[in-house]
Amino acid sequence: MKDVLIIGGGVAGIQAALDLADRGIHVYLVEKEPSIGGRMALLDKTMSTNDCSICILAPKMNECFSHPNVDVLEYSEVIGLEGRAGDFKVKVKRKAKYVDATKCTGCGDCMEKCPTEVPNEYNSYLDKRKAIFLPFPQAVPRKATIDDRYCLKLTKNRCGLCEKICKAGAIDYNQKDQIIELNVAAIIVAVGLSLYEPRDLYEYGYGKYDNVHTWMEYERLINAAGPTHGHLKCSPDGRRPKKIAFIQCVGSRDVKRCPWCSSVCCMVSIKSAMLANEHYNDLESYIFYSDLRVFSKRFYEYSKRGERDYKITYIHARPGEIKEDKRTKNLIIYYEDEKEGKVKELEVEMVILATPIMPAKDTKKIANVLGIETDEHGFIKTVDFLKYPVETTKPGIFVAGCCERPKDITESVIQASAAAAKAAELAG
Amino acid sequence: MAEKLRIGVFVCDCGTNIAGFVNVPEVCEYAKTLPDVVYVKENMYTCSNAGIQEIMDAIKEYKLNRVVVASCTPRTHEPLFRKACEDAGLNKFLFEFVNIRDQCSWVHQKEKEDATEKAKDLVRMGVAKARLLEPLEEIKIPVERKALVIGGGVAGITSALSLAKQGFEVYIVEKENKLGGLLNHVHSLYPSNIDANEFLNELLEKVKKEKKIHVFLESEVESVEGYIGNFNVKIKGKKKGEIKVGTIIVAIGAKPYEPMYMYNYDEYENVITQFELENLLKENKIGKWKKIVFIQCVGGRGERVRYCSRICCMNSIKNARLLKKLLPESQIYIIHKGLQTYGTVYEDYCRKAREEGIRFVRVRDAVPTVSSLEKKDGKLVVGFYHPGLRRKIELDADLVVLSTPLIQREDAKKISQMLKVPLGQDGFFFEAHVKLRPVDFATDGIYMAGSCRAPADINECIVQAVAAASRAAIPMAKGYVKAEPYTPVIDEEKCMGCGVCVEVCPYGAMRLVEKDGRKVAENVPAACKGCGACGSSCIHKAINMRHFKDEQIMAQIEEAIE
Repeated sequence: MKDVLIIGGGVAGIQAALDLADRGIHVYLVEKEPSIGGRMALLDKTMSTNDCSICILAPKMNECFSHPNVDVLEYSEVIGLEGRAGDFKVKVKRKAKYVDATKCTGCGDCMEKCPTEVPNEYNSYLDKRKAIFLPFPQAVPRKATIDDRYCLKLTKNRCGLCEKICKAGAIDYNQKDQIIELNVAAIIVAVGLSLYEPRDLYEYGYGKYDNVHTWMEYERLINAAGPTHGHLKCSPDGRRPKKIAFIQCVGSRDVKRCPWCSSVCCMVSIKSAMLANEHYNDLESYIFYSDLRVFSKRFYEYSKRGERDYKITYIHARPGEIKEDKRTKNLIIYYEDEKEGKVKELEVEMVILATPIMPAKDTKKIANVLGIETDEHGFIKTVDFLKYPVETTKPGIFVAGCCERPKDITESVIQASAAAAKAAELAG
Repeated sequence: MAEKLRIGVFVCDCGTNIAGFVNVPEVCEYAKTLPDVVYVKENMYTCSNAGIQEIMDAIKEYKLNRVVVASCTPRTHEPLFRKACEDAGLNKFLFEFVNIRDQCSWVHQKEKEDATEKAKDLVRMGVAKARLLEPLEEIKIPVERKALVIGGGVAGITSALSLAKQGFEVYIVEKENKLGGLLNHVHSLYPSNIDANEFLNELLEKVKKEKKIHVFLESEVESVEGYIGNFNVKIKGKKKGEIKVGTIIVAIGAKPYEPMYMYNYDEYENVITQFELENLLKENKIGKWKKIVFIQCVGGRGERVRYCSRICCMNSIKNARLLKKLLPESQIYIIHKGLQTYGTVYEDYCRKAREEGIRFVRVRDAVPTVSSLEKKDGKLVVGFYHPGLRRKIELDADLVVLSTPLIQREDAKKISQMLKVPLGQDGFFFEAHVKLRPVDFATDGIYMAGSCRAPADINECIVQAVAAASRAAIPMAKGYVKAEPYTPVIDEEKCMGCGVCVEVCPYGAMRLVEKDGRKVAENVPAACKGCGACGSSCIHKAINMRHFKDEQIMAQIEEAIE
């Protein structure tokens, strides 16, 4: 039996790894972040069942990490590939964490004392983290990482506080990147997604108005482990909102930006509106949509439940503009009311923009290293949409999850299992 | 003399999920006062690597012989904590789970003091049960390396091909006289518009060449007995047989809804279903239609069935584009309630349809798709309220195509009963977990793929089919599975051989056997799911469930009402 390499430790990568490992095939799981978990680890609750995302993912992350047939290579990147299906030689760069993983206990003392605060990408940049950090509390592995872009010791040879504090003696400023070579029979690419930054849609005022957020920011705002501990707060006085609007297709189904439909955002907004109403029972939500895409199992029923039980109003319109009331920081949405054929105004305290799923930032780079093709939108291309839906353009390399095209957790998991079966044909 | 009890209690903050509403330090202090508790620890996240390590270290350092974790739910976390016990050398059934999140902090977010008191009660009950826990051993069951696929449509065929390629023997049982299912009745497939016959024939060629695949046509599964790894299957019909398989994939597909009494479908011959249009296209019986109207959600989205059938929008667009190519002068309308052309490929496909001149009219979701469809002067007239124009408009048409949803087949119920797997409210098979186990049934060793799970198009059927093959391959590749030992202990002195337990067991795991000239109940551990139905129905109190013994549960109840 031969080994399999999986690139990307999100829910798709984890599922593929577990399917393979459970049947006895050894897997290397390469993840570029210091923790596996991917996007799903950062979501609050997940649509259609509203169960807590990290609560259902964390056991899988732990199972994966502690599985005797899985080697998790976190904070690593694939930088070279040679050979062919059945016999690939892969070069992986393990980035220096400047922390000896065998000694670090994940106690968090260093993070408390570290004086350098940096933008926290794991909370959608809404707060700060330290230069020595864990991405999130349930990180797997629970080992600290020093961010060498910001650490004072590594950039200016000052500070060195974490080394003094660490009781385990785990800090190692001299650690170097390591290159390792793997021999695998098959590869699964599951490098995930990025999200559209709606700064060029000036009419919605993102980045200009305090109370306009993207859906990913909202996921962190409504999350108990997020920057506001799950409390929704509006600028300028921190009051909680009573009316929220969600605007769909912000950047997607837009031939100038992302021409595709992002598949998940309609359901995400319905879920988000439900959660807001669960937090504050009098809260009302308005979802501005083009076509409400609720096509999967039990989704349509879910959208109806939102309308019936969670004070959600669906409005078929693409708002033309949002203006901010300078004093209250409330937002006035201008849209065409379909029923009356007039431009109407709706004043709300918070606006959430449903921005689309895009290919992950390094998708092209990884595709080049592996010698596989991407499609016209930059997602990983499959050989044939119908006949070979998990096969990339190079034999022996398979694809799963949102790097192939936007999809939800369920579909990512299904595709991951399918990719695992294909990899097993070569490795088993 | 039994060894002295040394209980460790770990109380989880779950970030703020628990600690935000329950005073965890107070619960910890309280736990220290309980009998036989020798170690108590508060964890920010007991399930994190650090938390797990703390459990393992404490077992070794404090010689713990019982572990209680008060945190979330066994549904997601029990295997993890048990494994920690096992890795530290403790029998994993000496672990007890107390749920102070789902059953306490989450439901008492507005009563913090009471929540803390309740958490103490729950911990005290857990400790009481832990004191009576007994070590148990898991059962290892061998797995037959063969699979049964019920249904020979595109999903069933693809599952079978994948399993065969992975080295397993597969039996496909198909009730029709040929493989292919609905594909046999479809003209072409989106998004490449490949001919459906050509596509199917390619698959069938592969099946023919694959020696590991055995096809039973015009046959049905008569009965299935057994459990994961060891299913005994009887097949009836043209080709009879008895086979033993390790796993089963259900792929019986779905069928299009017949819109009887809707939109005068049964009266007017130019009102046809999407499915009938596929056949006309297939047989090249295209009329000289000048105006064609597609009506979406006929019977779907609350009209007859509640759900959205997912694939009909794309199917209409595909056929509209085909017709437009065949009849370039025609005007084609698609009346819909919100187009479901999700993702990159379908949205592109839909945009091309617009460019080619297909007209889309969106009507409101809350009302029927069209308000009237009648004949005026020999022409069909489709009436509906146009939300953009804000008035009722009428379109005359030569052909009206009704897009009806896929619905579950009649035999779904039979198969659900035979395999003891559930159907959802929508009539489709119900998965073990919507997101994390989307093609598994809750019953081990049985999986699903294709439109019997929910309406799915060809791409989705194929991905699901290979996924189901991946899941089914796991126990078969390993060659064994482990079962939890929550089996009944039968007191043969007390057992009267009445057979009630045999009646109530939903898994066929109880049977009556002759012993010393009288009938007594016997359990088949590998088939047993430990549900306890036998134990609770035994009026002679002859059955006691391992790990849920009467005395263990009574101890908890006594603590609860003290």
